[in-house]
Amino acid sequence: MLSQVDGFIYPNEIELQWGILVVLYPYLTGLVAGAFILASLERVFKVKVLGPTYQLALITALAYLICAPLPLIAHLGQPARAYEIMITPNGKSAMAIFGFVYLWYLMVVLLLEIWFDYRRDFVIWSRKEKGIKRLIYKILTLGVTDISPKALKWDDRLGYIITVVGIPSAFLLHGYVGFIFGSIKANPWWSTVLMPVIFLFSAMVSGIALVMVIYMVVSYIRKVKIDMPCLDMVGKFLFYVLILDFSLESLDQVHRIYEAEESFDILHMLVNGKLFFTLFIMQIGVGMVIPLLSLGALQVFKIKEEVRKIIYLATGFMVLTGIFFMRWNVVIGGQLFSKSFHGFTDFKLSLIGSEGLFMTIVWILLPIIVLAFLLWLMPPWKKQEAA
Amino acid sequence: MKSSRRSFIKRSAAATGAIAISGLIQPFNVLLFASDPPNDGGPWWGVGIDISKCIGCGLCARACKVENHVPEEPFYFRTWVEQYTVLNDGTIKVESPNGGIDGLNQSVADEDVFKTFFVPKMCNHCAKSPCTQVCPVGATFESPDGVALIDEKYCIGCSYCVQACPYGCRYIHPEKKTADKCTLCYHRIKDGLDPACMEICPTSARIYGDLNDKESDLVRYLKENNTQVLKPHLNTGAKLFYNELSAEVS
Repeated sequence: MLSQVDGFIYPNEIELQWGILVVLYPYLTGLVAGAFILASLERVFKVKVLGPTYQLALITALAYLICAPLPLIAHLGQPARAYEIMITPNGKSAMAIFGFVYLWYLMVVLLLEIWFDYRRDFVIWSRKEKGIKRLIYKILTLGVTDISPKALKWDDRLGYIITVVGIPSAFLLHGYVGFIFGSIKANPWWSTVLMPVIFLFSAMVSGIALVMVIYMVVSYIRKVKIDMPCLDMVGKFLFYVLILDFSLESLDQVHRIYEAEESFDILHMLVNGKLFFTLFIMQIGVGMVIPLLSLGALQVFKIKEEVRKIIYLATGFMVLTGIFFMRWNVVIGGQLFSKSFHGFTDFKLSLIGSEGLFMTIVWILLPIIVLAFLLWLMPPWKKQEAA
Repeated sequence: MKSSRRSFIKRSAAATGAIAISGLIQPFNVLLFASDPPNDGGPWWGVGIDISKCIGCGLCARACKVENHVPEEPFYFRTWVEQYTVLNDGTIKVESPNGGIDGLNQSVADEDVFKTFFVPKMCNHCAKSPCTQVCPVGATFESPDGVALIDEKYCIGCSYCVQACPYGCRYIHPEKKTADKCTLCYHRIKDGLDPACMEICPTSARIYGDLNDKESDLVRYLKENNTQVLKPHLNTGAKLFYNELSAEVS
């Protein structure tokens, strides 16, 4: 391991503490926040054309929210003690408070909103279906089986309030992850006021891209026609948020380059050396510049539908990849240079083991499997037919 | 049906409001960043390291590993010694092979050396320590006498404290999978003994003492020397005071 050191590092810094599992965690929670904010655009800001993606966005958010803590607990040195964070948290720790922000968001915002939206369908399905499905739906109704117009109006009203509360909660959810990094004064790559804001906007970008891709894939699997006005609007929002995200990240770097304070020299070497591929090529090139150009072209030129679909799909995947590398650059990048500013260590991603590539792929696929299950259980399209 | 739902919502809103207001009673506990821990007037331990006395023998690092059963591999150190060599062309070379345990040798030719010195490093036992601030479960804490300690039975091994320490003092124990660091040999100082690294130092480059005791060696050391802490701009309240710390040290 000693051979991976370049220059001088504090002896304890040779091994990276936070590996790919900790890269994955903000990525997955970011998808949640972004998907939810897209859903709330339809509900609260009355962007009706986004209707076809509303429930899909919420259920996607739920699938990812359920799975996201798993890589985090897996990375702990003592995962069996993970419950301590909930029962005896240290109130001054951002990580501890985040456990409660997460819990609030999951239980109060997301689960409640989906329940209020689906309650009527649970009641109807619990009467129509047979066997185990009938039992599941009965449980999901929580015994509240009144589906008179008055009761449905209450569902709508309460769901609306929860969505309104949910928007700042989604901001808090991912802003907090940014704060967990941004508040570490020991690490100049992380310690910036902009970190929560950058995390939030990159989360929105990735969440919108995810819903866009899932909507297209699910429509293809179901062999139904894609609602093009909806998809165009999602693409438009992705473009706008991408511009904001790009501006914020550029501001962070320009500020850092201009001030050129103590850490600048080592960080300059980091960015041009070990992070060159993951930052310039993947995060900025693939993840931002190409999507900005392609989505921008769609706003200016009239392009026929088939080509637009290909552009949206490709751009969606590119953005998702780019945001993954953004998390990589923050988490891994922040640990590659020594806090002495005199040298670097290296990160070797293993293939096997709990922090290996294969396990990472499992964590990435797991939310998709959960999503497939949830879409089988609570299909948004069957819901629309019942209306 | 509708009136019971209305009263249920009213009651739960009232309960929520009551909980929210009761949370305001201690509003600043969550918001406050690291503040001075309570010192009950007892000893308030600090450390002094005199750079001019360190000869780079590395016995301190070796004694620490033996006394505290620190893993032998060159990746885990509670204390280590760095060798700084400033060359005539202005480049700064920093080395710490195996933490300096085997002693430090000069590899640069004499005629190229502008100046060279050794800097022992260890936990600064910060009064406003960022490591205790970020621990999500409070497994790492500051004792009332100013020593930053870890409860290894409670630590969940999240490594947040390792990230938060600006001085690189912490590591995750490879077998226990919990955080570990210099404890100022708390098990020795509470019995009136010196920490292992200070006991063994042949030149008494390292001392520790009670900052509250005006007669202590440490307070006299602070009075008689021009001392500095590492990274003062980070406001960690570090209680490790170096004498003759040169600008090249980070």
